[in-house]
Formats: sequence, C-alpha cells, structure tokens
Amino acid sequence: MKQMKKMSKTTKDNLITYGVVALAYVVVEILLKGGMISSLLQGLLVPLCVYVVLAISLNLVVGISGELSLGHAGFMCVGAFAGAFVSNYVKDMIPVGGIRLLLALLVGAAAAAIFGLLIGIPVLRLRGDYLAIVTLAFGEIIKNVVNVFYVGVDGNGIHVSVKDKLSLGLEADGLVIINGPQGITGTPKDASFTAGVLLIFLTLFIVLNLINSRDGRAIKSIRDNRIAAESVGINITKYKLMAFSVSASLAGAAGVLYAHNLASLQASKFNFNTSILVLVFVVLGGIGNIRGSIFAAVILTLLPELLRALNDYRMLIYAIVLIVMMLATSSPAGQAMRERIALKLFSGRKKETKEEQ
Amino acid sequence: MALLEVKNLGISFGGLRAVDDFNLEIEQGQLYGLIGPNGAGKTTIFNMLTGVYKPTNGKIFLDGEDITGKTNIEINKHGIARTFQNIRLFSGLTVLDNVKVGLHNQKEYIYSALTGILRLPRYRQAEKAMDARAMEILKVFDLDQESGYLASNLPYGKQRRLEIARALATNPKLLLLDEPAAGMNPNETQELMDMICFVRDEFKMTILLIEHDMKLVSGICEKLTVLNFGQVLACGETSEVLKNPEVITAYLGE
Ligand SMILES: Nc1ncnc2c1ncn2[C@@H]1O[C@H](COP(=O)(O)OP(=O)(O)OP(=O)(O)O)[C@@H](O)[C@H]1O
Ligand SMILES: [Mg+2]
Repeated sequence: MKQMKKMSKTTKDNLITYGVVALAYVVVEILLKGGMISSLLQGLLVPLCVYVVLAISLNLVVGISGELSLGHAGFMCVGAFAGAFVSNYVKDMIPVGGIRLLLALLVGAAAAAIFGLLIGIPVLRLRGDYLAIVTLAFGEIIKNVVNVFYVGVDGNGIHVSVKDKLSLGLEADGLVIINGPQGITGTPKDASFTAGVLLIFLTLFIVLNLINSRDGRAIKSIRDNRIAAESVGINITKYKLMAFSVSASLAGAAGVLYAHNLASLQASKFNFNTSILVLVFVVLGGIGNIRGSIFAAVILTLLPELLRALNDYRMLIYAIVLIVMMLATSSPAGQAMRERIALKLFSGRKKETKEEQ
Repeated sequence: MALLEVKNLGISFGGLRAVDDFNLEIEQGQLYGLIGPNGAGKTTIFNMLTGVYKPTNGKIFLDGEDITGKTNIEINKHGIARTFQNIRLFSGLTVLDNVKVGLHNQKEYIYSALTGILRLPRYRQAEKAMDARAMEILKVFDLDQESGYLASNLPYGKQRRLEIARALATNPKLLLLDEPAAGMNPNETQELMDMICFVRDEFKMTILLIEHDMKLVSGICEKLTVLNFGQVLACGETSEVLKNPEVITAYLGE
C-alpha cells in the first residue's frame, strides 16, 4: 500500500515537472503570438532554455551523484564547438534547419560525453574540494585549448592547426570554420524557443528516468554512503562516471543550442563564471531538486533583465532574491514549508496516516 | 569443508599489531559469535574479511576459494555481506530503495541504463520483481509498514534491522553482523534475536556476529571465539567458552 503511494508520488512529481514546462511553453507561445513579449525578452528565450538544461544536467552530478563539479562550462564549450562545426560543414548540404540542429545536437552531445569520460576517469578518483578544483582546472583548459584551434575545410577534407589561419594550407575554395580566438562565425541560426523546450523535455526525460531506475539508485547510494555501497557490491567508478558523462553530454547539447542562437561564438564565453552561474542555479533551486533547478535558472536569468528599469536597486534586489530562494530551498524551515505545501497538494490524507504510526 | 576458513590472519597499522595469528572455521548454517573487550580487533577482522582492509598476512577461504586481498565489491559478489557498527544506511533513500540497492547485482533484476531511461518492458518487469522481493525481505524484519519512509527517519532499532535486510538482499553465503543489538532496549534485543534465528533457519544462512550483549550471545550463538588484544583467547562451544576462567577475567570482568 505505502509503497504504491510512494511510487505514484515520484511519478506524480515528475509529471508536475513536465507539466510546468509545458504550461510555460504554451503561455509564452500565446504571449508571443499576441505580440506581448518585448524583443529584449524574446532574445532571452533560447538562452533561458540553455541555462535550464545546464542546471538540470549539473544537478545530476551535484545533487544526485553528490560531487562538486566546477567545470560544466567546459563541456558546454565542447558541445557548442562540435555542434557549430558540424552545422557549418553541412550548411549547404542540409538546407532544413531542424534536421541540421538535430545532427549538431547528436554530435555535440557525443563529443561532450567523450570528454566527460576522458576527464572523469582520472578526476573522479578525487573527492570533495579536490574534485572541485580539478574540474575547475579542466573547464579552463578546455576553453583555452579550443581557443587556439584553427579548423578549415576544402576539397581535400578537413585541416586542423593550432598556429594560425595560413598554416591550414587551404585551397582557394577552402573555408575556415573555426578561426582560433575569433571562434566560429556564420553558424546558421537554427535554434528556436520550441527547439529549446524540446531539449528541456528530452533532458528531463533522460535525467528523471535515470534517477528513478536501478542505476540511479546505485548513483544515489554512493552519494549517501560510499562504504555501504561498496559493501553491497556497487561499482563506484562505473556509476560516478555514468552520472558525470551523462551530465557532460547534456551540457554539450545545451552548448549546441547556445551556439545556434549566436552569429559568432568564442571559446572565451565558456569561462569559470558560466560554470559558477550554473552551480548557483543548482544550489539555489535545491541540491538534488530537479524542478527547483528549472525555476532557479529561469528566475535568475530573467531577473536581471526585468529589473533593468530599477537601475541602482537592481543588484540589491537580485541579492535579496538569492537569499530568499536560499532560505526557501535549503533552510530546515523552508524545507518543512515545502513539504507541507506538497502534502496539501498531493494527498490530503497522507499526513493523517503518518500520525497514526 | 568449512564455509569460512581463516588461517593465521594478521594486520598491522604502523607499529600497532591490531590482529595477530587469527584462525577461524565456520560451518555452513552455523551461528557464530566473536566477542572481546573494546579495541580487541573484532571490527578490524570484519574489515579484513570483507576486503575493506588488506591483511598484512594470512589467508581467507570462502567455500574453499581464496578471497584474500580481493576488493570489498568483489568479496560481496563472492558471498559475504555485512552490517556496520556505526550504522551506514543510504539515508536519502527510502527503506524500500535501501533494500533494492542490495538487490542490485542479482541476475534476475539486472537491466541496462538505457532500458531504464527508455522505460522498456524489461524495466517494469524487473522493478516489479525487485519490489516484491524487497518487500518480502522487509517483512522478515517487520519493516514492510515503513517501506516508503526515508531511511534516516526510522528509529534507531529499525535502522539496525534495515541494515541487516539490505545485507541479506545481496544473497550472501555468509552474513557478518557488527554489534547488531547496540543501543537496543531488552525488548528490541529479544525481537532481534528471534529475527536472526529466523534468518538462519529460513534462508539457511551462516552468520558471524560481534556482540557485547551477553544475553544475546549466550542465547543464540552456538560457538564463540574470544579476542583480546588482537589475539584469540579462547574458542569453542558457547557454554564452555563462557565458563573459561581466562575469558571471565579478561572480558566478563569481576
Ligand atoms: N584504520 C586503522 N588505523 C589505525 N588503527 C586502527 C585502524 N582500525 C583499527 N585500528 C586499531 O585497531 C584496534 C582494534 O580496533 P577495532 O575497531 O577492531 O576494535 P573492536 O574490537 O571492534 O572494538 P569495539 O568493541 O570498541 O568496537 C584499535 O586499537 C584501533 O585503534
Ligand atoms: Mg568494533
């Protein structure tokens, strides 16, 4: 009986999360159709989706797997460049934006997953602060390495150099796609709000289903007690790596979306500040709370823009909102309040059954 | 042949010889007690048996197979499961999920991550079977009513029982219990004794337990080994050992 209740509670919880995203999408679409959204806000819609996907994916590492990673922007960078490269490469061959974006997403996510694996294997031996520092370093390394790459194509195929444009030795008809620190320009603007929301749904689907499966349980068991997990035969390395690389690949997908929303893309954008910003979303939304990550990413991305009119008071209000969110999601009183609200919403009788015991 | 055979096991931490020349034989189906004063090295022996510590010397055989020096994950797969002196539950998981983590490596419940993400039929079938099996185990420990609770919300005595349930879920040949009755009142201890005996009889389990509660030890253990300063002081039938004058002075005191 109880167990049935619990099962349906998780499912209900997930459905609410999907529902919130769907509702938000419909509302925004209606407002868009009615011309009620300023062009400034319209420009924010795709980045909003990007940040939501980033926050959900980082929560898989920080909240579910229990490891502090500060290099999320690095995986986003890998995805963005791999995806944008593919789109530029096939720009003339595939005229349909949607298909091009899908292909770019696949390549970007795969590239980021490979980086996640390669970095995860040595790095996940570390714990706590050490892991945080090393992931931070890797994030910066990725950014700086991508920054010096020159990649071009001509009739002979793909040319790569880390020196300069000329050393690519392209033929006359050749085209430089990745131009060192100047990055990639001319990526087709295939990203759209609809594509972004679809990516959010896909991310939610992968993350929520993973969390509530055999492997997700193993990941959480390691977070809760590593020694006990080993004692029941859980392969620590395998599951940490699984969470880390799934998270990396989703960050890569977010990067692809990001790249297809900009006319020009530079590696320097994927710096430490971006990683920290995403971590702030995760922490303020509640560590391990996927729906919280979505809300935090949306509110904290929109807020600075909405408060623009207030000029001097903008950062003050931003700070107050941060504190309020932190109290609401992390303090015991805030959690108790959330639980009470949840109880009211989900099942009025649940509380009584608990008191009987 | 004994199910567990330990020969000349020893470990040093720097200069400290925590366990020395430890020998043990446990037959299939036996309920065996390991007792001794605080700091005698009992938990250290459990840690060597389960691969948490690598012994400095000696051999461990389970069912005739040499398992010395294997990792704790491998040893669990070979068939040794344990509980911890200071409880180690998956506190953020439900009671049911704690047991399901114990079922993780059982062949009949395995499915791939992709199957889980795509919610293929195998996922539902395996999860359902796992739920049923986990509930069965929880029932033995009278925890089925609390299956949906967070493990950390259980009262202390039930947390200890949940740890045994989780260990049992890995389907071990040998179950190691480190002070299972610690912190329990006499009523809870009596219940626990019944449960341990039930597990032994019903699951045909071999059990080695560390315990300070003499009522529990004399009540359910068939054989005993007494440890003092890392060395075996006495071993044999429980009633004999407890009469041994050396044991009385070293451990029981007075
Ligand atoms: N990892 C370690 N490093 C150093 N010394 C250790 C380590 N583990 C155990 N010891 C030492 O080994 C000795 C035996 O400890 P152990 O925990 O096995 O005792 P115990 O018999 O379980 O005692 P208790 O009844 O209090 O649980 C102690 O002196 C302890 O300090
Ligand atoms: Mg001990």
